[in-house]
Order: sequence, then C-alpha cells, then structure tokens
Amino acid sequence: MTDVDIRPSEARPSAGRAFRAILWRDVFVTGKEFWVFLAQVALQPLFMLFVFAKVLNAGGYVTDDYAHLLLPGIVALTAFLTALQTVSFPLIMEFSFTREIEDRLLAPLPTYLVAIEKLTLAIVRALASAVVMFPIGALVLGSAPWHADGLTLLVVSLILGSWVGAGIGLALGTMVPPSKISVIFAVILTPLMFTGATQYPWKSLDSMRWFQVVTAFNPLTYLSEVVRAAVVPDVPHIAPWICLLVLTLSGALFTAIGIRGFMRRALS
Amino acid sequence: MSAAVEVRDLVKRYPKRDVNAVDGLSFTVEPGEIFGLLGPNGAGKSTTIGVLTTRVRATSGDATVAGIDVVRDPVAARRLFAVVPQQSNLDRSLTPRQNLAFHAAYHGYPRAERNARAATLLDEFGLAEQADVKVDWYSGGMAQRLMIARAMMHEPRVLFLDEPTTGLDPQSRIFMWERVRDLRSRGVTVVLTTHDMDEAAEMSDRVGIVDHGKLLALDTPAGLTRGVAGQGVLDLSVTPAAGDDTDKLIAALTDVAGVSRGEPVGNNGSIRLYVTAEPETLIGPAVTVLTSRSATVTDVHMGSTTLEDVFIDLTGRALR
Repeated sequence: MTDVDIRPSEARPSAGRAFRAILWRDVFVTGKEFWVFLAQVALQPLFMLFVFAKVLNAGGYVTDDYAHLLLPGIVALTAFLTALQTVSFPLIMEFSFTREIEDRLLAPLPTYLVAIEKLTLAIVRALASAVVMFPIGALVLGSAPWHADGLTLLVVSLILGSWVGAGIGLALGTMVPPSKISVIFAVILTPLMFTGATQYPWKSLDSMRWFQVVTAFNPLTYLSEVVRAAVVPDVPHIAPWICLLVLTLSGALFTAIGIRGFMRRALS
Repeated sequence: MSAAVEVRDLVKRYPKRDVNAVDGLSFTVEPGEIFGLLGPNGAGKSTTIGVLTTRVRATSGDATVAGIDVVRDPVAARRLFAVVPQQSNLDRSLTPRQNLAFHAAYHGYPRAERNARAATLLDEFGLAEQADVKVDWYSGGMAQRLMIARAMMHEPRVLFLDEPTTGLDPQSRIFMWERVRDLRSRGVTVVLTTHDMDEAAEMSDRVGIVDHGKLLALDTPAGLTRGVAGQGVLDLSVTPAAGDDTDKLIAALTDVAGVSRGEPVGNNGSIRLYVTAEPETLIGPAVTVLTSRSATVTDVHMGSTTLEDVFIDLTGRALR
C-alpha cells in the first residue's frame, strides 16, 4: 500500500516509553487548557485569602499576623485539593461516559503504571499550583511570609502532601460512580477543607479538644502544619517529623487503596 | 506459522453470577483470516474478546494472540493486537491527528515516524481534511474510521472489531467492509463480533456461532448454511381444509422426498420447508400433497437459507 508499511518501523515499545508518553499526553492537555487549570486551582484560594485576610482585616476582625498564618495554610490546601481533583474527577468520567482511558489501558505497560502516572501528574500539577499561590498571595496580601531555611522542608512536604491528595483522589475516582460526583463535593471535599487546619493552627485548638481530635484524622492537617513550620516557624506547630511520617503513611495507604480500586475498574 | 488467535477451554465466571459468561470455549483463528464471532446479546462474545484483549481476567483456560499468552504476558500481547470498540473511546482532549500520534507514542514510535504514519492513515481513511478539528464534531462513521486508523497506528497483527458497522449509514458500511478486506490483504488477522448476519456472511472467511458461552458451530458462511439447514427453503402460504390443520400438513409435507423438515411461520398458516434439493423442483410435489388434502395454496416463495436461518436454528427465537 504505502511506503510506511514497507519501511521497517523504528518503534521500540517499552513500559518506560509508554509511561512517559502517557504522562506527556496529560501535561500536553494541561498546557492546552492552562488558563482553565489556573482558574480551577487559583480562584477558590484567592477568594478565601481575600475575604479572610483582607476583608476581615479591614473591618478589624483579624490581625495582620493572621494573614501570614493563613497563606501557608491556603498553599497547603491548594496543593492538596489540586492533586485530589486532578485524579478523581477525570478518572470518574474516563472510566464511565467517555471511556477515554481505554486507549491508555491498552498501551504496552503494566496496568498499575497507568494509575501511577495519574498520581505523578497530580503531584506535578499540585506543585505548580502551590508555586502559583505564593505570588498571588503576596499580591492579595501586599506581602508574603518567607523563610529561606525552610525551603527544603517546604518542597518535601508539598510533594508528600500532594501525593496524599492524589492517593485520596485515586481511591475516590475509582470508587465513586459518575452519578455521585456532587456527593463528593458535599460529603467529602467540604469536611476535608475545613478540618485540615488550613485556616487555623492545630495547636490553637487546645481549648476545643473534640475538634482537635477530629482534625487529627485529616491528613491535610499535617500538611498545613508542616508547611507553616517551613514558612512561619514561629507559629506553634506539630513537629515536622511527625507530619512527614503521617503524610508518608497516609500516602502509602491511599495509594494502595486507590491502585486496588483502579485495577478492579481496569480489569474485570 | 502459529495461529493468530487460539482459545482453549476458556471459562469466565463473573463474581456473584450463577452461570459462566464463557463456558469452555475453544477456537482457532488462522493468520490472515477474517473471523466472525456471532451470537445473541449476552452470549459471551464481548467477554471472550475482553479476555483476548487483556481487559478481562480468565477464570480458567488458555488464550493466545499472535502466539503470546494474553493471561501470562498481557503487556507483550498489547503490542501485537489492536481493538476497535463499538462505542467511541477517542480522546476528546486531543484532535483526531493527535489521537493517532499519541497512540503511536504510547507504543514507542519516534516522533517523525508517528507523524508520518498519522498523515498516511488519515488520508487513507478519508479524514485528512478534518484531521485538526475537535473530535466531538465527528459523526459516528467518522469516529469509527478514526478508531480503525488509530488501531492501525502501531501495526497490529490481530485487529479486534466489536460490532464495526452498527449504526453506520450504508456508505460508511461499504467503506468499512472495503477497509477490513484491505487489512486482510496486508496480512492483518481480523476478529469481528457482530449480530448483523449480512455483515458476517459478507465479510467473514469463517464464522463461529456462540451462545451461553459455548461454541455452537464453526465453519465458512457457505458451509454453515449448507450444513445446518439444507440447501434452501420453500415458504408456502396455505389455508387448510376444514378438519385439517397446519401441523398435519407439515407432517404430510415432510414425507415428500427432498424435504428435510418443516415449521409453521407466524399464525396465518404459512409453512417453511427446509429442503435438501433445489427448491424449485419441490414446488410441484408439495402443491400436489396440499391439493390432495384440499388445502388452498395462496403463495409460494423460494429462497436459499441464510446465515440468519442458521443462527435462529442454533440459538432459538427467544428474546434476550
């Protein structure tokens, strides 16, 4: 027929190549819809910052210090939720209505690697959103807290925290049927957002013991605490090593649950 | 050369089901063949294709594609087959051209080669003009063509087509049939599932009829129609005399030499005779039998048995 068929192909299929190609597909699509992505990740935290740190401050309800305490929490929240949503919502759609994931499930790589790719992309996108949040926050607040010594801790904790968010997203994305997407928002996302010590330091809850216990079960609490430890170390916080340990353990747990769910959906 | 597809004693039982979806299925598809898998809804066709395409775990039995055990080495098998599903699963975040290029990238093709292949295949499938639009704008026929083009991007040895022409207009259907024959001439083995009998008869070198997870018959379309139901059919519209009825007429008619069996069709006295001789030679003897019983013949219709007759004969008339 054509010369394409006659010329020997230079194709060298391998799991590594397939993984990179699938990751590149997702990065490519993110780039194509970059402004949508930016609006998705930045708008909500932007308004939260603006209302809690600026508007309430203008009315005299919160102090200037609160703004510097809130920004790291909002960065943690943004990274966590970006990772979670990057995996969960597309996955719910791709496994049901659009079936778009099938072409990738039939690529020459072990099926679990397709799930790992989703987690990888989520961490990349979450880190990008965290990086974006600092300048946006500085713009809204007029200044942003900065602590150069904490940079390594900040990066490590954001990677671990995004991984946990992505793992939860993978578990949700493979368990929740498309008809229940709105339930995720109401029953899972909202409680996660407000029990994650993002808007308040955990230690400040000493007088509200029951709520402190509730927040201790939310992995986001440990991300918020360790990001504050890195950026505003003067604010009392849970010891970073505890936070990193909890984040690592919960990342492993949710990844295991998520990959199990993924394999169940991918293979019947 | 080893078989393109080999299925041996394949069993699949889904959790919480009483019966096996696939129940000891065995068949072999030769290289370069177009093989049709026919069966009613829920017969086990899709499950069988699911096992062969590494998306369904077999409960027991063996399945190989292009000599690779799909159960033991699914990753290696995925390099050698491609699937075109019934419903579109195109990547809607990408243009048609990007759909092809990324598919080739997943399969390890370097950039220059995947772009060249995409351009060639888009042209071949009549999609070059609309290669850079949104996939959402594609009609059903165009999406189907794009999915076949995508499947061909990584040069599979075996192509699985699930209900390839369901819902297509006649032009798209004819185009599809031509393309599939074209693939065969290039040495690609094609396994298609369908319940369109004309399609199966037209396209397939051999047909396997499956029901309740078991293989009921396997032969060329001509062989199947010859073997199961004789050479032809003779349809008679008859009004029985008073005191006589259709069943008695059928009993009398099956005594005629060359008639293998008969059955009532509908409730208006029509009778279908399956015959082993040429149908036209039996009109005289049949009418003689009927007039001797004072029955009135109002219409006579001759026909050859079709794959549909065979299918109904094997799988029954009950709705699924």
